[in-house]
Amino acid sequence: MGSIAIIVLLVLYLGLLFIVARWAEKFRNGKLLTGPYVYALSIAVYCSAWTYYGSIGVAATSGLDYLTVYVGPLIAFPFWYLIIRKIIRISRINKISSIADLLALRYGNSRSVGAWVSLLIILAVIPYLALQLKAISETFHVVTNTNETSSFLVDSASYVILIIAVFSAFYGSRFFDASEKRPGMIAAVALESILKLLFLLLAGIFVVYFVFDGSTDLYNKASELEGFAEKNRIDGAEGAVNWFSLSLLSFLSFFLLPRQFHVSVVENRKEKHLKTAAWLVPLYLFLINLFVFPIAWGGNVLFEGEQVNADVYALLIPQYMDNQVITLLVFLGGLSATVSMTIVASVSLSVMLTNNLILPFGLSKRIHRPDFHPTALIVRFRQIGIFLLLMLAFVFYRSFAMDYSMVSVGMIAFVLIAQLAPAFFGGLYWKTANRKGVLWGMLTGVLIVLVLLVLPAVLKAFKGYGLLEIDMDEFGAAGILDTIGMGILDPIPAALWWSLLFNTFVFVVVSILAKTDYRQRNYAEMFVDIDHYVDSHINAFVWRGTAYISDVEKILVRFLGEERTQRALRIFRQRNQIAPEEDLADARFIKFAENLLAGRIGTSSARILIQGVTKEEKISLNEVLRILEESKRQIEQNKELVKAGEELRKLSEHLQSANEALLTKDKEKDEFLNIVTHELRTPITAIRSASEILRDDDELPEEFKNRFLENIIVESDRLNGLISEILDLERFDSGKNALSFEQQNLNEILNSVLATLNHLFVSKNIRLIRNGLEVNTLVWLDPTRIHQVFTNLVGNALKYAEGEPAIIEISVTLKDGVQEVEVSNNGPNIPEEELDLIFDKFYQSADSRLKKTQGSGLGLAICRRIILAHHGKIWAENKKEGVAVCFSIPLDSREKPEDSL
Amino acid sequence: MKKIVIVDDEPSILMSLEYTFRKNKFDVFIARDGQEALELLEYVEPDLILLDIMMPKVDGYQILKFIRNHPVLKDVRVVFVSAKNKEQDVSKGLEAGADAYVAKPFSLKKLVEQVNELLIS
Repeated sequence: MGSIAIIVLLVLYLGLLFIVARWAEKFRNGKLLTGPYVYALSIAVYCSAWTYYGSIGVAATSGLDYLTVYVGPLIAFPFWYLIIRKIIRISRINKISSIADLLALRYGNSRSVGAWVSLLIILAVIPYLALQLKAISETFHVVTNTNETSSFLVDSASYVILIIAVFSAFYGSRFFDASEKRPGMIAAVALESILKLLFLLLAGIFVVYFVFDGSTDLYNKASELEGFAEKNRIDGAEGAVNWFSLSLLSFLSFFLLPRQFHVSVVENRKEKHLKTAAWLVPLYLFLINLFVFPIAWGGNVLFEGEQVNADVYALLIPQYMDNQVITLLVFLGGLSATVSMTIVASVSLSVMLTNNLILPFGLSKRIHRPDFHPTALIVRFRQIGIFLLLMLAFVFYRSFAMDYSMVSVGMIAFVLIAQLAPAFFGGLYWKTANRKGVLWGMLTGVLIVLVLLVLPAVLKAFKGYGLLEIDMDEFGAAGILDTIGMGILDPIPAALWWSLLFNTFVFVVVSILAKTDYRQRNYAEMFVDIDHYVDSHINAFVWRGTAYISDVEKILVRFLGEERTQRALRIFRQRNQIAPEEDLADARFIKFAENLLAGRIGTSSARILIQGVTKEEKISLNEVLRILEESKRQIEQNKELVKAGEELRKLSEHLQSANEALLTKDKEKDEFLNIVTHELRTPITAIRSASEILRDDDELPEEFKNRFLENIIVESDRLNGLISEILDLERFDSGKNALSFEQQNLNEILNSVLATLNHLFVSKNIRLIRNGLEVNTLVWLDPTRIHQVFTNLVGNALKYAEGEPAIIEISVTLKDGVQEVEVSNNGPNIPEEELDLIFDKFYQSADSRLKKTQGSGLGLAICRRIILAHHGKIWAENKKEGVAVCFSIPLDSREKPEDSL
Repeated sequence: MKKIVIVDDEPSILMSLEYTFRKNKFDVFIARDGQEALELLEYVEPDLILLDIMMPKVDGYQILKFIRNHPVLKDVRVVFVSAKNKEQDVSKGLEAGADAYVAKPFSLKKLVEQVNELLIS
């Protein structure tokens, strides 16, 4: 394909990204854009052109080392989740917009820490960016079948890079507030993450299934190649240590790379999105690596013995197979990887450049002048900054990195960035860590890396250009590396371990020895114990001095504009209940103003600006600690108060519902007593009137006399039965009726009940059918109570059974560990709506045929209580003829079964 | 001979009442529940009704209402006989249109006296 066609394609592609980004800006609050998936996908910006091409090159030439770049982050993920969550909380509260800002703020809002960190990062990332540009240029030449020319002016790849640089510069600087979200950029990056994954998978599938005959075929052919086995195993302890070191390096860069910080912290919208990222990102890393190995070894098989660049196998294979479409798609995937990395990296670098280097140093004098309106200037600086950085990377690539493989340059950059690790993790988890420790530690580490890795590389490059005739070996670095590597470690791991070791050692020792100041101590407290302060951070800022709100306001107006300043002030006053006429600023206001400015110009510059209009008193370290302790206690107290209030509210709710329950119970009790007195008076009335007749009527015929006497006896019995049943019921309802459990067989109890009632069966001529006589399972139950239930149910059945012959059927069954009993008769049906009501106290059927012939109306109510006390169920159902009353109880009813109720 | 209808769902109470009023020269008709009472009143026009209140299906109040709305029976003397004997039960019964309210348990002698008085006035 021609260069022009590719360039047109590139412009079209960037245009598409731009449209996506514009669309995302327009619908910036859309569900998809603000959701967890776009966030998680944007974190995959980690996979740059390095992944796309470099990994394949490493896999092809040195075997499994390529995996370390992904094993590191994969191991990191559980930690990543916890640590990033902490940083997100800190950054949200303090409006932090870059890793340099984070460290500067932690170490006492320190201009120097911010500057050194920024410098280190820029130093490390430029070669890294150069790698990306190299990848674009190389792949461009592969796709267009052209060769790199020595003059970059005639090399059309240069123009591709120029286009990307302009695009990034224009795109990356669209927002003034550095801590503001950039939904457009993130949407584009997420889209690119999808594209690069898709196209690499496509290439992988193409290689495995179309070029070769499946993975087995590929493996068989590759395993015949020389060195296959040696390259694809980790050799002994040495190999393992090197492998582990490289994984650690990647682990660290996943936290420390500025673009990772930017997408995972600055662009995070909701803390809970981390949960999605915690599984989606590892999955993504896994998928994108799925075909690295097959493509690498497929390339090795196809191009065996030829001089080709293994880095670009993913392009060469489809090209070799004459498949233009896949070649182009892979190129676009690589472009996606590069462009997203380039944009995010250059945005975060340019923010650091302006906020941590240019503003605090270059403009520190002018910035105080009231006529200095920096907004447009800052945006311009950022644009130029991004463009310059990319050009610098371009120069770097054209002059130094040409003959270095992608991975080694990238690794050196990683080792440099890793020097931030002690300051970074120490700052988050160790309160004693301080500025001097950080600066000295970093200096030590960086120097070691410069001597061991950077210098030899530069010398080698110079030598390659014939500029200097000093060899790496003459300089002796290789010898040193060999010595300190103890013959085990490769140069990169050796440099990593020694630099980190000295860095950490110096950092810890100096931190402990050096005197810290109160501002650092203040932020140390706020960072390490962020969870204490997350709701009331503004109170955790210790500041004492004299300042006027109106002075600070003037500064805010210059950077935020009149409208936003006034709105912010209004909100601040409302939230903290400060009168509008109050002009004396307190610590809360100072922190509030610093935060507002920090989002725009970084924490260090914000501090410089505020300091210019305030007169701060020095506070002793002890006092800071005391104030912090105080505010911590206040927060605790507030929390406890809230908790106590909550408990009180719950308690009163509880009381209210208890009261309501009591009232209903009271009402029920009244109702019950009414019915009880009525029910008691009825037999008394019968007894009384019969007795009166017997007393007064001398001429009472013998027949009547006997009838009235019989009435007296029956009604007295009824009265007695009623009284015992009422007492029984009351004992159940008040919970005084404890059951005494024994293991018994239901059929046996039933037998004894039927024996006592036998005469009634005979006298009423009722036929008894029994089923399930063979069931002899032992059940835990209260035999007296179950006896009572049976007596009641069979008694009722006897009352209502009718017809010729009248039949009572009793079935005992065992199903699913539950014993079920059914007692049915062939009498009249109960109206459906009354089936549940018959178990109520004193229930009387509206159907006169069912009118109790005798009995209290409490029998079934007591049965229900007995069965419930056995954790069972009791119910009634109509049969074709008659009614069945059934109950079921668990085999062991002593304990309440888990699934009941 | 005065005709009296006695309605109660308790057989033994009904037995005592029936015996006593027959003895006192009443023409006695009995109904064992509300439904039966309504059927009875289709063809008996009594001078007085002794009416239990708490009965299944059709209770004493419904029967009283039926009587008071009946073109022929509307002036029949009605005496409630009930085990519900709280003050508000009594006044509720009288307000509904009963001529007297007798609480259970009652004295048969007094009940007969009260019935006779009502029939004279």
